[in-house]
Amino acid sequence: MHIDPIEQFQIKNFLPMMSVGSHQIAFNNAALYMLIIVAAVSVLFIGVTTSRALVPGRMQSLAEMTYEFVAHTLRSQTGAEGMKFFPFVFTLFMFILFANLIGLIPYSFEVMAQLVVTASLALLVFFIVVGYGLWKHGLRWFKVFVPKGVPIFVLPMIVLIEVVSFLTRPVSHSVRLFGNMLAGHIALQVFAAFVLMIGGYGILGWFGAVMPFIMIILTYALELLVAAVQAYVFAILTCIYLNDAIHPGH
Amino acid sequence: MSDDKREHGERGKAHTDEAALSARLQRLDEELGAARSDEARGRAGRASGAWDQATPASGYARGTRLASEFVAGVVVGAGLGLLIDRALGSSPWGLIVFLLLGFAAGVLNVIRSAGDTPNGEDAGGELRDGGERRDE
Repeated sequence: MHIDPIEQFQIKNFLPMMSVGSHQIAFNNAALYMLIIVAAVSVLFIGVTTSRALVPGRMQSLAEMTYEFVAHTLRSQTGAEGMKFFPFVFTLFMFILFANLIGLIPYSFEVMAQLVVTASLALLVFFIVVGYGLWKHGLRWFKVFVPKGVPIFVLPMIVLIEVVSFLTRPVSHSVRLFGNMLAGHIALQVFAAFVLMIGGYGILGWFGAVMPFIMIILTYALELLVAAVQAYVFAILTCIYLNDAIHPGH
Repeated sequence: MSDDKREHGERGKAHTDEAALSARLQRLDEELGAARSDEARGRAGRASGAWDQATPASGYARGTRLASEFVAGVVVGAGLGLLIDRALGSSPWGLIVFLLLGFAAGVLNVIRSAGDTPNGEDAGGELRDGGERRDE
């Protein structure tokens, strides 16, 4: 029996919409799931917060706790001035969290296991940091590459290293989320394949298949945790990078 | 000072109760914000390292994080070197120099990500996750 653990990440085009040059732009399953994610987040948060009860119900307090959590993270990393980026960070956090949670539903599609999606998000953060830093501070923003208290004769070297280090941010920022999601979903698929393969050997195989089945349950629990942790990690790294745009030279 | 501001705020805006209330709310929010960010800045160094220690997947998460930081440094350095070589036609030199710089940047990233040293009170404040030096 042959089971391809990569097959779940395949992009399937539903309907070709238009073509730009020779490139065809189609509505694919990734786009469909992103629409589902946005719809789910919107329905949940708009629906839950319209009542605006003074004593929140169960769902409303869920929404309020999420708000408090992200707001506290952002405020602790960037200070009060960073709160103007709150809508951006909150949107990123909820989008990634819901993408990861919806991706864990069996037979669904994990959007964040596509490098192009995570790289787009990381590059968006990167260019917002550069753009806002230059717009707010002008050329003084480049102080972010000049650490304090470095002797003048090694400074050019250090500045070059700092620049390269700054350029690596979108890479590690995107690859971390992508890699975690990809690895988790492949692990689940591999254990599932073990269950089928070992279970194919008759009665004795059924008993043998219990072990990988338990592993699926444990891995699934771990993946639930990883889904939330990675959304949080992406959000907190965004906050840390935004702090560079808001307070350069720290 | 705060009473002055309050009197002024109430005299200036007290046409309706709502205006006064919103002014007071805003003032409270500002004070709270200042207090919160002061408090948060004090422990920002530890807070950034705390999230992957708090989870059961700690070692795994930490390992992949450090590995990705380092690999990203080397890969970006090599990529930059190749780009510069292609643009300037300086064939091996751009790759050599920027690969080494990327290596250094990767090490720098790793040191900063792993910033919380055992006696983390002083060192944690200086070297923060994600690469910021803080002078406080």
